[in-house]
Amino acid sequence: MNILLLFIIIPILTIVGILLSKEQKQTRVISAVGMGLQLVTAGVLIFLFLAERAAGNTAEMLFTSNWIWYESLNIHFSLGVDGISVAMIGLTSIVIFAGIFASWELDDLPKEFFTSLILLVSGVFGFFISTDLFTMFLFYELAVIPMYLLIGIWGSGPREYSAMKLTLMLMGGSALIIPGLLGLYFNSNPAGGPFTFELLEVAKANIPIEAQRLFFPMLFVGFGVLGALFPFHTWSPDGHASAPTAVSMLHAGVLMKLGGYGCFRVAVFLLPAAAHEMAWIFLILTTISVIYGAFGALWQKDLKYINAYSSVSHCGMVLFAILMFNQTAMNGAVMQMISHGLMTALFFALIGMIYGRTHTRYINEMGGLMKVLPFLAVAYVIAGLASLGLPGFSGFVAEMTIFVGAFQHPDTFHRILTIIACASIVVTAVYILRVIGILLLGKIKKPEYELLTDAKWHERLSTGVLIVAITAIGLAPLWLSEMINNGLGPIIQKLMMAGPIN
Amino acid sequence: MRHELLLVLIAVILLVVEIILPVGRKQRIILPAILLFAAVTVIGFIPGPTGSLFGGMYATSPLTELMKNILNVGALIVLIQSVDWLKKPENSEKVSEFFILIISTLIGMQYMISSGHFMMFYLGLELASLPIAALAAYERFKEKSAEAGVKFLFISALSSGILLYGLSMIYGTLGTLYFEEVGAAITGTPLQVLAFIFFFAGMAFKISLVPFHLWTADVYEGAPVNVSSYLSVISKGAAVFIFTILLYTVFAKMALLWRDVIYIIAIITMTLGNLFAMRQQNLKRFLAFSSISQAGFILLGIIGQSQLGMTTMIYFVMIYIFSNLAAFGVVSIISNRTGKENISDYDGLYRTNPNLSLTMMLALFSLAGIPPVAGFFGKFFLFTAAASQGLFILVLIAVLNTIISLYYYLLVVKAMFLNKSDQPIPYFKSDGYSRLGLVICLAGIAIIGFASPLYEMIRQLSIGIY
Repeated sequence: MNILLLFIIIPILTIVGILLSKEQKQTRVISAVGMGLQLVTAGVLIFLFLAERAAGNTAEMLFTSNWIWYESLNIHFSLGVDGISVAMIGLTSIVIFAGIFASWELDDLPKEFFTSLILLVSGVFGFFISTDLFTMFLFYELAVIPMYLLIGIWGSGPREYSAMKLTLMLMGGSALIIPGLLGLYFNSNPAGGPFTFELLEVAKANIPIEAQRLFFPMLFVGFGVLGALFPFHTWSPDGHASAPTAVSMLHAGVLMKLGGYGCFRVAVFLLPAAAHEMAWIFLILTTISVIYGAFGALWQKDLKYINAYSSVSHCGMVLFAILMFNQTAMNGAVMQMISHGLMTALFFALIGMIYGRTHTRYINEMGGLMKVLPFLAVAYVIAGLASLGLPGFSGFVAEMTIFVGAFQHPDTFHRILTIIACASIVVTAVYILRVIGILLLGKIKKPEYELLTDAKWHERLSTGVLIVAITAIGLAPLWLSEMINNGLGPIIQKLMMAGPIN
Repeated sequence: MRHELLLVLIAVILLVVEIILPVGRKQRIILPAILLFAAVTVIGFIPGPTGSLFGGMYATSPLTELMKNILNVGALIVLIQSVDWLKKPENSEKVSEFFILIISTLIGMQYMISSGHFMMFYLGLELASLPIAALAAYERFKEKSAEAGVKFLFISALSSGILLYGLSMIYGTLGTLYFEEVGAAITGTPLQVLAFIFFFAGMAFKISLVPFHLWTADVYEGAPVNVSSYLSVISKGAAVFIFTILLYTVFAKMALLWRDVIYIIAIITMTLGNLFAMRQQNLKRFLAFSSISQAGFILLGIIGQSQLGMTTMIYFVMIYIFSNLAAFGVVSIISNRTGKENISDYDGLYRTNPNLSLTMMLALFSLAGIPPVAGFFGKFFLFTAAASQGLFILVLIAVLNTIISLYYYLLVVKAMFLNKSDQPIPYFKSDGYSRLGLVICLAGIAIIGFASPLYEMIRQLSIGIY
């Protein structure tokens, strides 16, 4: 059996287990075991993948399987992974594993909560392992139902508003993706013969430039909405702020990456000529994302909003790097997806834990938490330092790669944008350090905070897993970057055929 | 012919039994009637001889058999769902009427689908419409129900008149009403175009396309829930089936004309249906407008104008039947038990009646076209059909409309799952029939999307027609 199938089967079995469970304790143990298995499977997958590559298998996709689904429409259920998707699968497994432990003590409708959460994550896994555009989109859309319920039922603040806004805006993205995908489909075989949704088959077709011009913006913006592309990012601050901890982690950590991955795998890869032509428009937008997100974070007082805006900025950087069409920058983009996914998940986990104790997320109302919550505080500092790009953590590797790659572009326009985007690093440092200063250092603002207790075992486990991953990538980035480069090869080749590459 | 004859047989049996049964025990007819109908539905699936009768007035093909089977299954679900309501004391003396009327409309629809001649078609159409007026007025002690009956009667008379006027022009220009002969001879002269417009308007009333939809919400609201659900899925489904067949065969040569008409009507129908649905408080009116907008989506399949279009249309109608019946089923159960029909009454329903809420949610998401439920596949394939003609703008508008529709479907989900209420609908155990009905619908919603063989089968059968 194909190992990739496990990424769909394990979540389904876990959900069945959850539905059969009787009480909260059983539910969470089953979820943890299921997602633990998932994490192990992801580890095995990475190992097998690297072994296969080391053995000299240079096929574009590994572990491929193909089943015909709708024969007359030529829709297949086909699986396959390359270096990039393997990396993303690893990220997802880590984040969901940490997320389960971060919501360990949730007691309002736990069964429903974990079912929705795992349904959500199975959509994400499905998205990364499929190579048929129809199946891919099916899994992509699978997130809609659980996402609405998760934010709406278990969220905080204006949860109903945020849930509705997020769902509708993301559906708006899908609304652009559907005609885009159909456009690809009906142009996938200009020479006659059956049309196809198969990613690699579509990549072989020479789609006429007029069609590319029409469908590239649809697909790029469509996926870009999920990747928080300015000006379609407005769902992100509200949505992330209102969502319960595990959902914020998963959403900012993984789902936003679905957007970046889609832009990259579908829009840029399949429609390279139009991508070359129109990149400048989106480069400007992403630069705005990067800067605007950073300044937005500077303004906010609510911890979750700060982090949500910072996500807009960091995810903007992913799209920015993709549009530079250059191997180094693109490699950086994928690295950034993974690094930001881990970092932001850590942030949201910590914010959830701090909020659970202080019952406020406003930084002005807190202070001196380092003295009472040393473990959480140190973890927060680590997350902060990783986020502002301190060497030794994953953030540094990713951002460094992006900017080195981007600056290699000989064009002045691109260089100016790179310099502007670079400036966001400084702003990031400001808002991160400001939060750390106010929140963790100084005097304890309220007497009742003296009585707070530090992290419990499940919270330590949740944050620990993420910190280990962040530092591991920061200290030994090469194997990851190799793996990603491997997957980038065909994409770069296809881009090169369509235009100059730097 | 088998389908119709069997239905006539049941109708006659029921009529006789109705006379024999003593007053006060009329409700005993329910179970045997449903079993009989279920048997007929099953028999319908056995492949039988096809061909034409009465010199081409009546013709069957595997495709029309399939359509009839789909309608039978839908009607069976409606009947099962109605039991709870029929058992109410005020309905006890009119039970067999309900069955007989439903079955006679069904006979009408099946004749209509199998017709090979406009006369026959019209006969079926009338048989399919008139009993519904009686059904809509079934709860005659309620003012709204009676009003709905009268409204429906007038509207169907009006639309039939318009339709007949169009048909008379066709006869005037061509001297024949046989589908085959009309299809071969029609050229699109101005008078025939006018005839087509009248024909189209008449059908648009039946399918409730904007701007011929004004009766829909009032009738749905006034009529008993189960009649509304019958009207919204079976009646509409049958009309869509025959409409598509006629467009693809008889009016095939005027495709350039009707393509534009449908293009515009599809956009208006989807958009206006959605915009009105957003404002509704009463769930029956809400579902009425949602069904109007769904009709707009169906037009997207029809405009696909090929085997793909036919297949996706039938496939979508099938999914729509299951999804809409599930939604109506929940509304009907709750309305029977509590008399509550407003969205705000559903506040906090999940905490008291989780199974009903989940069913409703899946049905609504299926109507909205969200995976993993079947509606996603149905909608996506409809878009594929429209895109196959290069109509990407239409697809884009349609997809934007799905967002609007998702918004109002989510309003109901929000009421059930998110809102808290001081006086939620209390927990109750629904009766076996209603649950059976919902389980069938849920199975349909869950399975049809993934069941590609079903899609391929429909496709195989639609070869003959196009």
